[in-house]
Amino acid sequence: MAKELWKGNEAIAEAAVRAGLQAYFGYPITPQTEILEYLSRRMPELGRAFVQAESELGAINMVYGAACTGARVMSSSSSPGVSLMLEGLSYIAGTEVPAVLVNVMRGGPGLGNIAPSQADYNQAVHGGGHGDYPRIVLAPASVQEAIDLMSLSFDLAEKYRMIAMMILDGSVGQMMEPAEMPEMKPLTPHKFDWATDGAIQRERRILSSIYIEPAAEEVANLRLANRWKEVQANEVRYKEYFLDDAEIVVVGFGTAGRVSLSAVRAARAQGIKVGLLRPITVSPFPYEVIDQLTGQAKAFLVTEMNMGQMLSDVRLAVRGRVPVEFHGRPGGVVPFPDEILREIQRVNGADLSVHTDPIDGWLTRMAEVK
Amino acid sequence: MAAPESLVYERPESFTETPTHYCPGCTHGVAHRLVAEVLEEMGVTNRTIGVAPVGCAVFAYNYFDTDFVEAPHGRAPAMATGIKRVLPDRVVFTYQGDGDLASIGMGEIVHAAARGENLTVIFINNANFGMTGGQMAPTTLPGMKTSSSPNGRDVESQGYPIRVSEMLSTLDGVGYCVRRSLHDPKNIRLAKKAIRTAFETQVRGLGFSMVELLSTCPTNWGMTPVNSLKFVEEHMIPAYPLGDYKVSEAIKLVKI
Amino acid sequence: MQKEIIIAGFGGQGVLFAGQVLAYAAMDTGKAVTWIPSYGPEMRGGTANCTVVVADEEIGSPLVQHPPLAVALNLPSFDKYEGALTPGGTLIVNQSMVDRGAKRADIHTIFVPCNEIAEELGDKKLTNMVAVGALLSSLTEIGLKDLEKALEGHLPARHKHLLPKNFEALRRGYEHAQKELDKVPA
Repeated sequence: MAKELWKGNEAIAEAAVRAGLQAYFGYPITPQTEILEYLSRRMPELGRAFVQAESELGAINMVYGAACTGARVMSSSSSPGVSLMLEGLSYIAGTEVPAVLVNVMRGGPGLGNIAPSQADYNQAVHGGGHGDYPRIVLAPASVQEAIDLMSLSFDLAEKYRMIAMMILDGSVGQMMEPAEMPEMKPLTPHKFDWATDGAIQRERRILSSIYIEPAAEEVANLRLANRWKEVQANEVRYKEYFLDDAEIVVVGFGTAGRVSLSAVRAARAQGIKVGLLRPITVSPFPYEVIDQLTGQAKAFLVTEMNMGQMLSDVRLAVRGRVPVEFHGRPGGVVPFPDEILREIQRVNGADLSVHTDPIDGWLTRMAEVK
Repeated sequence: MAAPESLVYERPESFTETPTHYCPGCTHGVAHRLVAEVLEEMGVTNRTIGVAPVGCAVFAYNYFDTDFVEAPHGRAPAMATGIKRVLPDRVVFTYQGDGDLASIGMGEIVHAAARGENLTVIFINNANFGMTGGQMAPTTLPGMKTSSSPNGRDVESQGYPIRVSEMLSTLDGVGYCVRRSLHDPKNIRLAKKAIRTAFETQVRGLGFSMVELLSTCPTNWGMTPVNSLKFVEEHMIPAYPLGDYKVSEAIKLVKI
Repeated sequence: MQKEIIIAGFGGQGVLFAGQVLAYAAMDTGKAVTWIPSYGPEMRGGTANCTVVVADEEIGSPLVQHPPLAVALNLPSFDKYEGALTPGGTLIVNQSMVDRGAKRADIHTIFVPCNEIAEELGDKKLTNMVAVGALLSSLTEIGLKDLEKALEGHLPARHKHLLPKNFEALRRGYEHAQKELDKVPA
């Protein structure tokens, strides 16, 4: 199929449709509303379910209900809306049914603003709803990648009976890029042997997140933990740029990652041996590749559009062997390549310690931001 | 052994053999049985999906021989919406108490009703939060003592009861909305007929249907089962009048 | 090759569409391209802008602080982007909407009376196409023909009857800017 110019949010919606989306439930919130609007037209035209819910609480529980029937189902929202959905996500995780959620992140905390942000990394990757549960989190940096990962999200969610989230910042959602859509997949209803889709000619089924006996809940938790090991072993995805001989490794996901690519190219043009690692799955996180890169790198530079969240995961992988520096723009500010280039130059020229907190230096450098 | 001469009671086939976990004298068991009988009589047991609430009926799924899911507190109508929208040919019902439906889940129930979702809601009104130990619910009567209104519900500071059936009956998406009581055999028969009508509303695609059932909570009310039935008759019914609050023209024509 | 272009003006001047037409032309000629708008409350009534990046490899940042090319369709945009342009860059200014001359000597500032040209063609809505035509005089990677083809290929069918006027607007803008460029001593 030929490339078309797609806006990120609309591309995500169409990619979901082509991946066999059977039902969408959502609530308007900027900067993701184009997904809802697009599907409000597209889904009924295909005879598929679409409901604009009364709230994000309503939306995620509609997703939960539809997920229990084994349908390919999703919702989308932006940061404050996802906070409201966390209850439902925890139940979905506890019930071990597959569901897909797209978070087009915006500046926070609180009402914040509607500008691009990556401040929900920890919520998506480490936090979220109550209880102990892993989830898959994908972070596209371009419209094409968002399309490709949309389809993958459904496949992974179903394969591991787990939540698959796609987190992107508002700029990927609002951006237009040439991209190629996959072919339309046929719908495949009633394909799971666990789904509560009406007990016609079979024993009844119950789907619930209740384990009243702690011992049974512990078994369920361990099942999730073991399944997560499988996900970690099989599903880590990332993209490498100029890493072969890199002495400085920049790590950034989503938009921060692609902005860093511009800076890395500029630094290479100046003869600095720098490369970029852009995690595509931020959960499971590419700990192993960072561990390996620690052998060749003299320093890491983590770039994010937040106050340093993925930074902790990078530091966990580096384990204090080489310095890890940080440059972040929180609050809805998108970094420019020039400032990341300056950071690369600084890291290249500095005598850095592994004993200092990268946040301290970052805050000192940010003091000029008024 | 010879068969009994006259069989007056047996377990509906839509029921499992699970022994009840409800307190002695509680009318949840009666409500469950009525739903099970209706599903069996309509021949829809094997294509029904139930949605259990958080509250005393959290284990409702143990009793019905149908597929069942378990909703977060108050969210059953949203879950049921999700199920019904992808499986419109299935029968979907929620079974919710008054804390679940009228307190935390008020948004979900109102909007499911307003959208005219083809769902059936069985709403148990026993004027308190049963499972957590008898706290005040939106349905608690004025002056009624509960564990969180120890001096009796003071409407000046704790507000007034919500009459859910009256409220929902104002919505155009509602096909059938009635209040019945489970305090004596005559009313139980009327309640069963209403539950049947509610499910008939759903299978005919005539919109949202709800049966509110005035129920007892002897344990948390601190009464004997008999006295709690009297309490329903003498105190609950005056505050929550029984009646048909919305019966659409189409459902009036259905003969049961 | 990578070129970054910012197009800015009032909401309603067709700023976002102008950028999209460029993006279509870039895509159709096999280049990598990104188009990103300023979005949100500022798009209601205030100034609007979009950034288009054209390249022949995977594009990194879709935003740029100091672009080599910009189009300012009104005075606030002229004020904002005149300072932002990279030295040696080219700024197309809609002369119809500004009341001052250029301040910087290290960039090329090309004044084009976009509104007047559009009105001469009988449709004020062509202002943006006049400006895009002018921009092409300094964006050698995309030709006038490429842009015409992009318009032809991607304009919704109900607007197809407007194509000849749009082509004319592009040409008039291009020619005007070319004349201005010719005046600049080599």
